[in-house]
Amino acid sequence: MSHFPSKLLEEAVEAFAGLPGIGKKTAFRLVMFLLRQDQDVVEHFGQTIIRLKKEIRYCRSCNNISDKEICDICANKHRNHSLVCVVESPQDVMAIENTGQYHGIYHVLGGLISPVDGIGPNDLVTAPLEEKINKGEVKEIILALSTTMEGDTTNFYLFRKFKDTPVKITTLARGVSVGGELEYADEVTLGRSIANRTLFEDTFTL
Amino acid sequence: MNNLYLNKLSLVQFKNYQEASLAFSPKINCFVGDNGVGKTNLLDAIHYLSLTKSFFNNIDQQNILHGKDFFVLQGEFVKKGHSEKVFCSVRQNKKKIFKRNNKDYERFADHIGLFPVVMISPADSSLILEGSEQRRRFMDTVISLYNKQYLHALIRYNRALLQRNKLLKQFEFKRENFYDELELWDTQLVVPGNEIYQKRKEFIEKVIPVFQQYYNTISEEKEKVGLEYRSQLHESNFETLLVTNRDKDRVMQFSTVGVHKDDLMMSLNDHPLKKTGSQGQQKTFLVALKFAKFGFIRDLTHTKPILLLDDIFDKFDAHRVSQIIRMVAQNEFGQIFITDTQLEHLENILQELDTDYKVFKINEEIKTVIPGGET
Ligand SMILES: [Zn+2]
Repeated sequence: MSHFPSKLLEEAVEAFAGLPGIGKKTAFRLVMFLLRQDQDVVEHFGQTIIRLKKEIRYCRSCNNISDKEICDICANKHRNHSLVCVVESPQDVMAIENTGQYHGIYHVLGGLISPVDGIGPNDLVTAPLEEKINKGEVKEIILALSTTMEGDTTNFYLFRKFKDTPVKITTLARGVSVGGELEYADEVTLGRSIANRTLFEDTFTL
Repeated sequence: MNNLYLNKLSLVQFKNYQEASLAFSPKINCFVGDNGVGKTNLLDAIHYLSLTKSFFNNIDQQNILHGKDFFVLQGEFVKKGHSEKVFCSVRQNKKKIFKRNNKDYERFADHIGLFPVVMISPADSSLILEGSEQRRRFMDTVISLYNKQYLHALIRYNRALLQRNKLLKQFEFKRENFYDELELWDTQLVVPGNEIYQKRKEFIEKVIPVFQQYYNTISEEKEKVGLEYRSQLHESNFETLLVTNRDKDRVMQFSTVGVHKDDLMMSLNDHPLKKTGSQGQQKTFLVALKFAKFGFIRDLTHTKPILLLDDIFDKFDAHRVSQIIRMVAQNEFGQIFITDTQLEHLENILQELDTDYKVFKINEEIKTVIPGGET
């Protein structure tokens, strides 16, 4: 597939092939599909992606993806603002919301500590959470990170950071298959592991 | 003690075999043929069916017959009187398929330990001649056979070590709070590190007396063999070591202390084996060590492992060979596979012993295996 009849075609294929999980063949199929669509369909498709990147925001209060400065969850007065569930990514928020069993708010770190990926503690977003804790608005934080070594290390980092505050630090019940990533746990087990959360100190042994 | 033997083996396009089917004696089986004819490949096929991989080549696809695109191995083991079928197939660009009694394995690790084998091969000399990694691997493979927790600790330890070493290389870019961040990874190293240390220590302590006994039997001499577990964790606890070596680690840009630096010191009459042992002594040392491994696995799994003796008689004199054959023909050993270049060599000894055996002559036209000898 090295002889493209058009430079524009080749560039579009290259762009799609740059997406994770998309090979050259699939990229070519997608581009050809788009080419066959009506003008307005393709324009809408392009605009959606441009607006996504341009206009999306991160909630000032929890760092989740949002359309507004403060996301719907943080703006909801009926939720328990003294209970904060700490997760890695917006996908994790969606997974926990799907359980329908959690009524606190969230904090999205945006990553896990991993020198291999070039991510250190300073690359995590923690400022809004610290601010809430310093103001005394938080009673409990639930660490809901993946059970990988990087998740454990980040848990430990946050524990060390907040252990001298009056905040209670808990973690999801272990033995529950959270797998590598929260987004894949089924809703019932995930809901149960939030309900049965335990004190972080108790799970940590040296 | 569970009885275990391999009853039948068939190979399709495995290494230099186009196709072969063999039926074995439950006691002693000899593969006889010239060098390079493929005797060792039969042992490796048995190794595959036991441990889901080759003894020699970790890249599955490289064990396919040249120019073909798959191989299949099938074995029928008999364990506690029951027939158990094991199937392994490897295809170019596909995932390996491994089945027991027609059922796929979700994790290959679940198969390991069910049909234990111990291979004694000329390649074992790497234990003496090569770096400490070989000797750590020797300990690790045996311990993880019976302790799944240990394997988990090894995986965690290696991951934490990788991350910590990566961080040590990033010092120039993040001087601020560097040691705080390093300490996070120290914590992740310490838990699995201590567990690995403890298990290795216990293992070596248990193995030494068995090892000495086998050495004496084979050598018929009273030389004192030594096997000493060396670890920086003998000196002080791991956490303290990590803290005191921080600056050094930072300068070296890798972790200089931990169980990844462990070693085994091998000695003969208190002298290092690598420097002072003769070839015969070194070989006896290795064979005795492998027999100790055999005894260890047997006691743990309550199963006599299948013993694979590859070209073991190469550097031994006739007397020592008969000493080993006599030993393995005894009841504490189970089924045995031996490769050798000369038949007379073996057959004289075997005929003296009152034991069941079968000889397979493997000829230059390796496409077929001719069963020979009497049972
Ligand atoms: Zn928010």
